[in-house]
Amino acid sequence: MNDSSLPRPGKPLGHYVSTAEFDPYSIEQLTPEQEKYFFASQRQLIWWKFKKHRVAYWSALILLFFYVVIAFAEFIAPYELTRRHQDSIYAPPQGVHFFKDGEFVGPFVYQRVRTLDMDLLKRKYAANEAKTYRVGFFCDGDEYKLWGLIPSSKHLFCIRDGGTLFLLGTDRLGRDLFSRIIYGARISLTIGLIGVAVSFILGISIGGLAGYYGGWVDNIVQRMIEVLQSIPSIPLWLALAAIMPVTWSPLLVYFGITIILGLLDWTGMARAVRSKLLSLREEDYVMAAQLMGARPSRIIARHLIPGFMSHLIASATITIPTMILGETALSFLGLGLRPPVTSWGVLLNEAQNISVVVLYPWLILPVVPVIVVILAFNFMGDGLRDAADPYQ
Amino acid sequence: MLRYIIFRFFAMVPTLLIASVLIFSIIELPPGDYFETYVAELQASGETVDPQKIEYLRKEYGFDKPVWQRYFSWVWGMTHGDFGYSFEYERPVSELIGSRLMLTMLLSFVTIIFTWVVAFPIGIYSATHKYSFGDYSFTFLGLIGLATPNFLLALVMMYFAKVWFGTSIGGLMDPVYIDQPMSWGKFGSIAEHMIIPVVVIGTAGTAAMIRRIRANLLDELKKQYVITARAKGLPPTRTVLKYPFRMSLNFFIADIGSILPNIVSGAEVVAIVLSLETTGPLLIRALKSQDMYLAGSFLMFLAVLTVIGVLISDIALAILDPRIRLQGKPEK
Repeated sequence: MNDSSLPRPGKPLGHYVSTAEFDPYSIEQLTPEQEKYFFASQRQLIWWKFKKHRVAYWSALILLFFYVVIAFAEFIAPYELTRRHQDSIYAPPQGVHFFKDGEFVGPFVYQRVRTLDMDLLKRKYAANEAKTYRVGFFCDGDEYKLWGLIPSSKHLFCIRDGGTLFLLGTDRLGRDLFSRIIYGARISLTIGLIGVAVSFILGISIGGLAGYYGGWVDNIVQRMIEVLQSIPSIPLWLALAAIMPVTWSPLLVYFGITIILGLLDWTGMARAVRSKLLSLREEDYVMAAQLMGARPSRIIARHLIPGFMSHLIASATITIPTMILGETALSFLGLGLRPPVTSWGVLLNEAQNISVVVLYPWLILPVVPVIVVILAFNFMGDGLRDAADPYQ
Repeated sequence: MLRYIIFRFFAMVPTLLIASVLIFSIIELPPGDYFETYVAELQASGETVDPQKIEYLRKEYGFDKPVWQRYFSWVWGMTHGDFGYSFEYERPVSELIGSRLMLTMLLSFVTIIFTWVVAFPIGIYSATHKYSFGDYSFTFLGLIGLATPNFLLALVMMYFAKVWFGTSIGGLMDPVYIDQPMSWGKFGSIAEHMIIPVVVIGTAGTAAMIRRIRANLLDELKKQYVITARAKGLPPTRTVLKYPFRMSLNFFIADIGSILPNIVSGAEVVAIVLSLETTGPLLIRALKSQDMYLAGSFLMFLAVLTVIGVLISDIALAILDPRIRLQGKPEK
């Protein structure tokens, strides 16, 4: 643009188009960080927010670790689930040592010598420091079929030269507690997931109906929820669990228990769905969908639920611990899972007696993973709930 | 006010009716009845069974009638103080459960008081000392209490009570006092035995309550009137206790409704482990042997207890907070 292109005084201004590139955002330039944030998908926002919540993030990692372990339970557990060691009944945990005579020799254990105390009629175990057994990695042990398909006998770690390795001791049949806790995790950790899935489906459909239709449907559902919430849950669980015939196979009992846990847990979820729907169904986009002839089921599933799905998932996570504890309590009382199915509750059932606490305190160790998992789920649920609303 | 109470009272009726239908169908669901279990048991021990006697018993207790008739006679009986007959103990249900229910109520009541006494100061401390070391450690302790299965905690504490204090194991009183009239010694013994169950049942509820009172008080402390009070130079304790604390008191009472079912639940499990003479052990036994009237009336009783507890808390809340009286429901 130079002076010569200007028209003479009194003449109209010529049409001028700048050839320079036009950037409509030139005024409000975004820094790369801002751009990343503003254009991020909702999922990304949730992830970033979640990662910032340190405790929740680490809890999620711990849980992930647990689930990886149960996926490869056969490989990680040093012994088979039902393998009995007749010579080591009620053996206390064995310590793993790394240094011998001040020298690093890698992990090993001392030989166990058993004596019978005839006064107390008790087995006594002492370490014989003269004889040691090396702990090996990726070596052959009990045979198993990974996921019931792939036959193998490799274990993550095991003892060499016919020694014994009971990291957490053994039970009354001489079965390795550490291996049993790992196998038990499989049942205990999945029961919560399936139970939550059941209550999730029930909660969304029942709460969805109540919230969308309102009126008498809503009234009936509200009363139902009120009743279910006012009856103490454990007696009700007990009653439902007592219904299951004794002749059922362990697998059927497992599914029965998950369904019972889910059946009584949907109320909170249904309440949340209902109250959200009640406010959301007044929105214009619902009206638009109705005018276009969409059915209620489609409106609920396509237009309303996705609006608060992330929130629902977060609150579902918080109910998983209740389920795990519920299963543990039921099995502990003998109305839940029964051997040969092994869950943490079944393991704790063995520790029901106070004499166990006194004589074989390591039998209550399965409570440690229970506490860890429940805390982790609680923290992760908190973090997820905060993260589910990334714009706040 | 009276209108509100009457309204709330009648709102209880449909709730209890639905509960009774639910409980009756759960009790009815298992295939077979008590007599089948009974006959099988007798036969297993080699005794002969007189089929006529069984037939007579069936008729006597109305097992030949259709389900709905039995349901109505059950409900009708309950409104008249007739809770059916326990087949196993061969005594009327009301005789069996009266004293046990009293103990369950007592235990639940003391547990609620315990929960309050613990949660109040800790909740206030956590809210006023937000993100401090104390706040974090209380939160963590509470969470541990929440995550430990009740029954195990009971077991371990029972052991330590025996070792450290010499309390006798199990039961709600020393064996010498059973069937004795009430005396100071008996009272003391009951109080001593009550500590463990109350602490164990209380832990889970306390954690939740601390978290809630902390959140509520924090919301309240942000409000303008608190800032005004501070700016005027009110001492810190008075600033907290005068209004914000009173506000959060409402939530405490409203909370009874949500923690009462949990406490009763927890009481059942803990009672089984500690073999307390409350409803828990009897209930589980009745469920296992299909002693249906006993189990059914038990569950119904627990439901009635909780519903009444919630009612009381609602009424107390209405007395405390005029906004609820006038609007008809608590603000959440």
